[in-house]
Amino acid sequence: MSHDDTMQITVRVWRQPGPAAGGALVSYDVPGVSPEMSFLEMLDVLNERLTERGELPIAFDHDCREGICGMCGLMINGVAHGPEKATTTCQLHMRSFRNGDVITVEPWRATAFPVLADLVVDRRALDRIIASGGFISAPTGGAPDGNAIPVPKPAADQAMDAAACIGCGACVAACPNGSASLFTAAKISHLGLLPQGQAERFRRALSMVQQMDLEHFGSCTLYGECQEACPKEISIDTITRMNGDFLRAAAQPPVREAATGSI
Amino acid sequence: MELNAKVPAGPLADKWERHQFDLKLVNPANKRKFTVIVVGSGLAGASAAASMSELGYNVKCFCFQDSPRRAHSIAAQGGINAAKNYQNDGDSVWRLFYDTIKGGDFRAREANVYRLAEISVRIIDQCVAQGVPFAREYGGFLANRSFGGAQVSRTFYARGQTGQQLLLGAYQALEKEVQRGGVVMNSRSEMLDIVTVDGRARGIVVRDLVTGQVESHAADAVVLATGGYGNVFYLSTNARGCNVTASWRAHRRGALFANPCFTQIHPTCIPVSGDYQSKLTLMSESLRNDGRVWVPVKAGDRRPPGDIPEAERDYYLERKYPSFGNLAPRDIASRAAKEVCDEGRGVGPGGRGVYLDFAASIQRLGEAKIAERYGNLFDMYRRITDENPYQVPMRIYPAVHYTMGGLWVDYNLMSTLPGLHVIGEANFSDHGANRLGASALMQGLADGYFVIPLTIGDYLATAKLPPVGTDHPEFRRVEAEVSGRIARLLGAKGRRSADSFHRELGKLMWEKCGMARSAAGLTEALARIPALREEFWSDVHVPGSGTALNQSLEHAGRVADFMELGELMCRDALEREESCGGHFRVEHQTEDGEARRDDTRFCYAAAWEWAGEGAPQGLTREPLQFDNVTLSARSYK
Repeated sequence: MSHDDTMQITVRVWRQPGPAAGGALVSYDVPGVSPEMSFLEMLDVLNERLTERGELPIAFDHDCREGICGMCGLMINGVAHGPEKATTTCQLHMRSFRNGDVITVEPWRATAFPVLADLVVDRRALDRIIASGGFISAPTGGAPDGNAIPVPKPAADQAMDAAACIGCGACVAACPNGSASLFTAAKISHLGLLPQGQAERFRRALSMVQQMDLEHFGSCTLYGECQEACPKEISIDTITRMNGDFLRAAAQPPVREAATGSI
Repeated sequence: MELNAKVPAGPLADKWERHQFDLKLVNPANKRKFTVIVVGSGLAGASAAASMSELGYNVKCFCFQDSPRRAHSIAAQGGINAAKNYQNDGDSVWRLFYDTIKGGDFRAREANVYRLAEISVRIIDQCVAQGVPFAREYGGFLANRSFGGAQVSRTFYARGQTGQQLLLGAYQALEKEVQRGGVVMNSRSEMLDIVTVDGRARGIVVRDLVTGQVESHAADAVVLATGGYGNVFYLSTNARGCNVTASWRAHRRGALFANPCFTQIHPTCIPVSGDYQSKLTLMSESLRNDGRVWVPVKAGDRRPPGDIPEAERDYYLERKYPSFGNLAPRDIASRAAKEVCDEGRGVGPGGRGVYLDFAASIQRLGEAKIAERYGNLFDMYRRITDENPYQVPMRIYPAVHYTMGGLWVDYNLMSTLPGLHVIGEANFSDHGANRLGASALMQGLADGYFVIPLTIGDYLATAKLPPVGTDHPEFRRVEAEVSGRIARLLGAKGRRSADSFHRELGKLMWEKCGMARSAAGLTEALARIPALREEFWSDVHVPGSGTALNQSLEHAGRVADFMELGELMCRDALEREESCGGHFRVEHQTEDGEARRDDTRFCYAAAWEWAGEGAPQGLTREPLQFDNVTLSARSYK
């Protein structure tokens, strides 16, 4: 690529030294950006330059850089994961921008995701939602043969569509209410669509929705922003499914659980 | 050091069964008295932590990411092998065993590989029960696809996201146990050292990556599930955070490191596009089911692929390996790609690329079918390259992908440091000199779900461990060493970033210890690495402080360990004067450029023992004995 194809970009980045500190947007000029660079590689280049100048590099989360681990996530010009549809921040390339662009880069903003430093947030609330019931209790060892339970292909495909969630939290960041409904509904749908997931289906929906509330995520008012922001294009139809399962579970008289503790 | 692999006696097919009976058990009431540390939360770590907690052990699990669900197993695309023979195409435990041991070029332990094949069938059952949405046929039964190095269809998959779905299954099981109270999960925690008391692993020292605090955790046994070391090459398909630190620190405390030079170069990755490149992206091997690999017949042919007529294309894998064709194993397909590029027939910018062409399959099956099989991979390719692989062939080139070498373990997956167990990619045990596709997921889950939960019990039941807490002076001593090292990195205040050192090391490793290795190149690398390491410690510039989130510091610590590992890899590669699997010594090849193994001199696992700073590691050989297969020249022709 010839030198002339490179771009001059300005980024305005949220800088915040630590969880308790205040933060502010700081501008940096980034000349010599190749359109073939990924967005994070552009930040890498900037960080190398900051390090050379004796300044603190920008902290941001990232790991696989191929759009599957869900670790990266930035608000780019106010849009979760930036301008390309179905694309995580790490898969966004600078060819989506133009020479001279000024790009604002912020962390996910949500009460349930406190900022730890710069662009890094704490998303452990999502793990706690899974822990509250986002699983099928199938302890290691007792499983029947894999083909013992035929799963109709449409159910398997639909479950896979929901299971594609990478847990990045873009849905929360995009939601005006800061709701984690799409994340929670994706897991409830994945497991609730499969025959293996039926035994715990309603109890799962109840616990996960309750945990979502406990974590200070907002309520869903069906703006649909989450679906637009989701890099894996999870449909808000999953939320309909979650609401259905939750209402059925909540409307039923509580089933008396067997005495807890060891048997 | 004397190595005892503790392989049980008896016929191969009965060894594991018999061994399970011979293992000492910890009775259910006593299990809760034991604490086990699991470092890493990928397929091996998460499945081990969940399964041991289900048994009743207290488990403490650690990962450096913000959530255990992010471990790099998540990025595995293509699938997981199992000897189910659902396709009625002649598969069996024995065939999977044989394919794996042959695929590894006869450099793995027979008994371990057989156990892996045996357990493979249970993994699929377990994952289905957890709700892993494997691909299904219309009748509701599980679907299979083919993978390299096998002539049967035994790979189970979930679109191009098999690793993600298997990891989420294990992660959900882990979170279930977190909720129940059996597992305490510590995320954003990086293990920086291991603590031994009376010669046994009794805990770890970690750095809390948010506060910077250095903390100790004590246990009765430690399990490392910390993955591979491919990032020593800087550019690889590994996640950016993947590192060797946990394994390397354990090595320095007495765990032998085996076959470090056995690294896998994956043939189908998106080629490098520029100097700023931070990682390479894999295009799943499963694509070779329907894609045909070719380059122009003539060197320097710069025409667009569509303008090159059939007669002027060289489908070189189909030509050279007619029985396996495009599904030749990874090491062979990678070398073949390098060869045609070295001949000047490579395509794309810089000429380091070959075509992976789907035109014939799209014509035969239709675009919709191809999209159903590989849609997410095609989308990813398009996002990265801005080219549409439905219309023009993909361009691919080999890249570092997996490391077969790792900490030496016995049949119980315990290292030479008593109490320290190593599972998944972090150990050396099952793949020999080359791993077949769809076998990494199988090994991670076999170790985690089905092997370690049993073998750890035998260790705990027999070790007679006195109580040790973090108030033991050994923890103070190791904490001080860890803090000293952090202070040294921060205090160097040199001129170069850790990243620049990492790139330099990676380039050197790729050139001298990559796809083709020579005595001259390795000798040169062995001279240059210590000098680079010295320069690193005197001239590295790590900004920021140790008492806050500091990603530069995290990276610098990992690069420091890669600097030591790189040297050992070159020494191991120099010592192994044969070509086998992913280890190709240019001095040892046949007339048509195939690897020439030397079973008389090198039929062993090379296990290296730390001998102190600056001193060369000592080599112990574990002879590999093949009682059930005949050593043969590997042919895929």
